[in-house]
Amino acid sequence: MSKLFPDTRLKRQHLLDLAFLNITRLFAFLVFAILAGIVVTLLIGSLPSIKAFGFGFLFSPEWNPVTDQFGALVPIIGTLATSVIALLIGIPASFGIALFITEMSPRWLKRPLGIAVELLAGIPSIIYGMWGLFVFAPDFAKIEPWLTDHLGNAALIGPLFQGPPMGIGMLTAGLILAIMVIPFIASVMRDVFEIVPPLLKESAYGLGATTWEVVWHVVLPYTKIGVVGGIMLGLGRALGETMAVTFVIGNAHELSASLLMPGNSISSALANEFTEAVGPLYTSALIELGLILFLITFIVLSLSKLLLMQLSKREGKQS
Amino acid sequence: MLSLYARRRLINNFNLTIALLTMVFGLFWLVWILWTLVAQGFHGLSLAMFTQMTPPPGSNGGLLNAIAGSFVMTMIAALIGTPIGILAGTYLAEFGQRGWLAPITRFVNDILLSAPSIVIGLFVYEVYVASVGHFSGWAGSLALALIVIPVVVRTTENMLRLVPNSLREAAAALGAPQWKVIMLVTLRASTTGILTGILLAVARISGETAPLLFTALNNQFWSSNMNQPMANLPVVIFQFAMSPYEDWQRLAWAGALLITFMVLILNILARIVFRQKTPSH
Repeated sequence: MSKLFPDTRLKRQHLLDLAFLNITRLFAFLVFAILAGIVVTLLIGSLPSIKAFGFGFLFSPEWNPVTDQFGALVPIIGTLATSVIALLIGIPASFGIALFITEMSPRWLKRPLGIAVELLAGIPSIIYGMWGLFVFAPDFAKIEPWLTDHLGNAALIGPLFQGPPMGIGMLTAGLILAIMVIPFIASVMRDVFEIVPPLLKESAYGLGATTWEVVWHVVLPYTKIGVVGGIMLGLGRALGETMAVTFVIGNAHELSASLLMPGNSISSALANEFTEAVGPLYTSALIELGLILFLITFIVLSLSKLLLMQLSKREGKQS
Repeated sequence: MLSLYARRRLINNFNLTIALLTMVFGLFWLVWILWTLVAQGFHGLSLAMFTQMTPPPGSNGGLLNAIAGSFVMTMIAALIGTPIGILAGTYLAEFGQRGWLAPITRFVNDILLSAPSIVIGLFVYEVYVASVGHFSGWAGSLALALIVIPVVVRTTENMLRLVPNSLREAAAALGAPQWKVIMLVTLRASTTGILTGILLAVARISGETAPLLFTALNNQFWSSNMNQPMANLPVVIFQFAMSPYEDWQRLAWAGALLITFMVLILNILARIVFRQKTPSH
C-alpha cells in the first residue's frame, strides 16, 4: 500500500484533533461526574443517620440534638408548604406579567420590562432575606390580624391563618419565595408565548376573538407543556432557596397547623445548624436532609426539563 | 342582561387590567427592595468601609477584609470554572450530535444550573473540608466554581451553535484541522457571547451565601491565606444582619447595597457586551 499522506505534519494534526476531542469529552464527562459525585457523597454522609432511623426519618417530627433523635418531617413540610404558597401566588402573577409583555405592552416597553423582571431574578437571595426580615415582616405583621379575622374562621383553611401576628413564619417565607420565583416562571412563560406561530393567533383574531380569548384558548393550550415546565423550574428554585427563607421562617422545629407560626425548611435547617452540629449522628441527619432536598429538586427539575424538551421537539417538527 | 359581545369585551378588559396590575405588582417589589437598600445602606456607606477591617460589636470598622475575600474567591472560582465550562460546552456544541454522553451531560448540566446551592456547599464540605479538617478559602472557591461551570457550559454551547456552519466549512476547506477550526474560528467568533456567560456567572456567585457557609466560613481579620477560613461579603452580611448590634446591622445594609449594585451592574454589563455582538434588528 502506498502512503497517500506521507506528511508527518498531517499525522500530527490528526493526533491533535483526537486529543482535542478527548479533552473536551473529558470535561463534558466531568459535569456528569459532579452530579453523580454529589449524590454519592451525600449518600455516604447520611449512612449513619439512615442506619439509625431508617424510613421513619421521613415521618418523624422529632428533632432533638440532646437525645440524638432526629426526624425530617418538620423541615420537609416547611419546604413543601412555603414552595406551594410561592407557586399559588407566583403562577398567576407570572402569567399576568408574561401576558402583559407579550400581548399588551407597546414594542418600546417590552425590552425594559423584560430587563426589570430579570433584575428581580438577579438580586441576591440574602438581600431578599434582609429586606424580608427588617422591612417586610414588620409591615406584614400589621396585616396578619386582618387575615386571622377574615380567614381564621373559614372552613377548611381557617386553622392555617390562626396565630399570633409575628410577621415571620411560613406564610412570610412563602410570600418572599413567590416574589423570587416570579422572574423565573415569567421569563419562561414569555419565551414560550413568543413561539406561538403568528398565523394561529391572527386566525383567532380574524374570527373576532378578543385578546384574552386568544391568550386563553389559543396561546395557552399551544404552550401548556412549556408553561408547566416553567412552573416546575420555579418550583425547583423555591424548594432549594436558602438565605431568604432562613431569615424569615423563624427556625422552629415544631409542627403547627398555622402558616403564621414559625417553622423550618430543609435548607434553613442546614444553614443554621450545620456548622454548629456536634456529634456524628447530628451531622449525618443534616446531610440526609440535604440528600432529601437534592432528590426532590432533582425530580422536579427533571420533569421541568423533560416537558420543555417535549415542547421544543414539537416545535422542531412543525417548522 | 349584557349582550354576548358586551360580556366578552368586559371579560377581556377585566382580565387585561388584571394582567397590567400583575406587571405593576412585579415592579412594585423591585422598586421597594431597591429603595430599601438605598435608604438603609446609603448612610452606612463611608470611606472606612473600604479601608478598615470588620469590627467587633460597638466599635468602628469597615468591610475591607470581606470585600477582598469575596473578590479573591470569586476570581479564583471563575478561573477554575470558566475553562472547564468552555471545554465541556465546546464538546456539547461541536461533537455532541452523536453518542450518549452529550444528551446526558446537557440534561445534567441544566439540573446543576438550578440545583440548590446549599447542597453544593454540603458536597464540598464532605469531600474537601471534612477531609482537610478545616474551613478554607479554597473550599469556598471550589463551591463557587461548581456554580460557575453549568452557567458557562450553557452559554458556551448556545453561542457556538449560533456560529453559522458555513464558517466551519470554509475553514475546513482551507485544510484546517478540526481543533484549529474550533479554537481559531468558532470559539473566536463567539468570544463576546461566552464573555457574557462568564459575566453572568460571576454575577451569580458574587451574591451566593449558602455554599460559603460550610466552606469558607468567615474570618474577622485580614486573611490572605487561602488555606484558612476566609472573610467574604455575603457571610459577613448574614452574620451582621442577624446580630442584635445596631452598628453591625448598619454595616450589613451598606454591604448589601454594595453587593446588589455590583450584581446588577454585572448583569447590565453582560447585556451590553452581548448586544454589541448582535446588532438590533
